[in-house]
Parts: sequence; structure tokens; C-alpha cells
Amino acid sequence: MADELVLLDFWPSPFGMRVRIALAEKGIKHEYREEDLRNKSALLLQMNPVHKKIPVLIHNGKPVCESLIQVQYIDEVWHDQAPLLPSDPYQRAIARFWADFVDKKIYELGRKIWTTKGEEQETGKKEFIECLKLLEGELGDKPYFGGENLGYVDVVLVPFYSWFLAYEKCGNFSIEAECPKLIAWAQRCLQKESVSKSLPDQEKVYGFVLQLKKIFGIE
Amino acid sequence: MAVVKLFGAWTSPYFYRVIWALKLKGIPYECIEEDLLNKSPLLLQYNPVHKKIPVLVHDGKPICESTIIPQYIEEIWPQPSLLPSDPYERAMARFWIKFADDKLILLALSPSISKMYRASGEEQEKAVKYILEMLETMEDHGLIGGKKFFGGDKISMVDMAFGAVAHWLGVIEDAAGLKIFEAHKFPRLQSWIQNFKEVPIIKENLTDRDKMFALLKRRREMLLASK
Repeated sequence: MADELVLLDFWPSPFGMRVRIALAEKGIKHEYREEDLRNKSALLLQMNPVHKKIPVLIHNGKPVCESLIQVQYIDEVWHDQAPLLPSDPYQRAIARFWADFVDKKIYELGRKIWTTKGEEQETGKKEFIECLKLLEGELGDKPYFGGENLGYVDVVLVPFYSWFLAYEKCGNFSIEAECPKLIAWAQRCLQKESVSKSLPDQEKVYGFVLQLKKIFGIE
Repeated sequence: MAVVKLFGAWTSPYFYRVIWALKLKGIPYECIEEDLLNKSPLLLQYNPVHKKIPVLVHDGKPICESTIIPQYIEEIWPQPSLLPSDPYERAMARFWIKFADDKLILLALSPSISKMYRASGEEQEKAVKYILEMLETMEDHGLIGGKKFFGGDKISMVDMAFGAVAHWLGVIEDAAGLKIFEAHKFPRLQSWIQNFKEVPIIKENLTDRDKMFALLKRRREMLLASK
């Protein structure tokens, strides 16, 4: 029976990008549907009644929600191609720890940078850089967090790279100056088609952020 | 020498998630009680990023986060299983575990977090509303179909993730003088709480209610007096 996969997504969402990369890495055919978050489709509301958020992965009519869960699900169902999580349980726990860390910190701190000013923004920037440095420490000398190949943590973190220009312009700072290793890692990931085809252009994301700032009245 | 060590604090529902997983699987472990206001150097060494409990140390290797530790335990000691084997069912279980983790922050008893028993007035009202919404979602979406537990007939990691609702919520309500969970408004949840607390391992491993009530009452009085 042919698998039917639909991804409900929104182009600038780093969470959606994670799923796009995972599907591309494993060469899984799927239908991509763009959602208008100001006018959510009946399908989205039906498939994710608890959170009403994207991304939603619909596999043969059954919804899977939450991006980390979706990536793990994809890895488990299509386990033969391009495995993302390590096979060793302890290494898996470490990968999950860092994915959880990214989820707890990067999005919120990034958001703080483009939505606030003054002291609050400075604190956001400082903590953001501290988190990136911790991630650089975890990466070490490896080409990817997953080792020789793209792994779970790479997929979870690299989408935020598409937002870096927006953070830098809004926060008036350079991420590369503070975290050159991480930028090098991101650019290495972008050499892969699964990543380059899944991430929007940084300028496009910056334009989107400027629009959002106008709509929400943020200077 | 103990192969498994667990760092925790007797007040924490996150700590108990791991205790229940270990005990349900019959895994012997050494428990190290931490004073959360004066954390040990060993804990800080094992969890330098978050500096929190619980931390499981297996053969000298630390594993952190109360949603990650049970998954590790499940993979090393698969029986009896606490997560479904079917990938889709597992995705559903993980969804509810994440939901529990995100929402139950308000019931955490760490002094810097809980707004329910610490605050009063508007802050407390907001916290109460938030908790009610969580309970409604559990009732309307998590427990449909009259299931005994979140995963069906057997207890699983999802039930343990919601442990705070079954035991800690009641104590916090009493200490704060609130009534949030009304059994008649949440019949499925009420059933689930009873089923959960009747599982022998759970029944024998719940934090001392009176001791916790006394602690919370003291803390709340101190905090309100200092305002």
C-alpha cells in the first residue's frame, strides 16, 4: 500500500523546517501544504485540536504533532534510510538532551531578540550567545552533531540558522563573531540538498520578521 | 557498588517519574537526596547545563531530564514495557508526555517557579485558569474512550508524566486554599486518578502528603508575609 503523507507547514517556521529536512534526508515523498496562520484550515484544526499549530504530519490520515516527535516518528518508521538518532541508548539520550535544550532555549531567546529592546534585548542576546557556545562545545571537532553524518540534533538546530540574519539585524550584533564554529557547521549542513532545499533564504526571513514587527507594533 | 544512582528531591513530581519507572521495572538503585537550595557539587558536575534534578547516573554516565531518563530506562531495560512498541502509538504517547511536561511547570515545587501557592490575587487567578485549561484538555482529548490509563489498559510513561495531577495538585490546592479540581466536572480524570493511585508501585511510592502540606503552608506564609 502506498504511504500517503501530508505536511501542514508555514514556510518561515523552524519547526516545520525540521520535518522537511528529515523527510528529504530519507527521500520520503510527501505533499506539502502551506497554511495561512491568520486563517487556519479546517484540516489543521481537526488534526491538531489541542495546540492548533503547525507543523502537522498526516500519515495515512493519522496526525502526528510536535516537531521533535515528528522527526523521531519519521526516523522510526523509515529506519532503514539515513538514520538520524544514534543506535546506542546512551548516545540517544545525549542527542535527545541537546534537542530538548535547543527547544527550551533557542526559539524563546531568539524571539526575545527581535521583539524587545534595551536591557531586555541585551539579556536575550547574551543568553542566546551563551547557549550557542554550549552547543559549539557539544559539537567539538565533529563535522556534525551526529558525527560523520547529519543527525537528530543537526536537524533540530540548523533551521534556526535561517533566522540568524533577522536576529543579527534586530539585535545589532554578529553571531559569527561570537560563534564561528557554529556558523561553519551551519554552512556545512547547507551543502546538503536536504537542508538547502528546506531552509528559506535568510533575507526572506528577515523581510518576514520586519513585517511581523510592523503588524505587532514592535519598533 | 550501585550501578544505578538517582539524584532527586522528595518534593518533586519529576523525580517520582523516574522512581516509578525504575520500580515498575524492578531495577535496584541508590537514591541521593538533594537539598535544592544547596545543591551538591556532584549534581552540578553531572548536570552542568541545567543544574537540576532528577539525574540518573548509570555506570558513571549521567542522563538528565525527567522525560529523557524514562526513555533511556525503557531502552536498557525493556520489560515490562512503559511505552508502546508501535511507532504511531509511541508518537501519541510522546505528545502527551510533552504536553504534561510543558503544562505542569506551574505545579513544580521549586521556590522560583510555582505561582499557585506562592502568589495571590491576579497572579494566582492566571495560574488557576492555566491549570483548569490543562485539566480540560486532558479530560476532553487525552482520556476519550473511557480508557483506564492514558495508553489503554496498562500504566505507561504518559500516566507517570501526569503524576503531579494525581497527587501533588491536591496538596497545593489545600496549602493555597484553592479548589481547582472538582471531581464532578472531570469524571474521566477522576477515574484515572483513582486507577493510577491504585497501582501498587505508585501507591507505595508517593511523597508524604502531610509532610508536603506542612512545607508548602510554611513557604506560602513566609512569602505572603514578606510582600
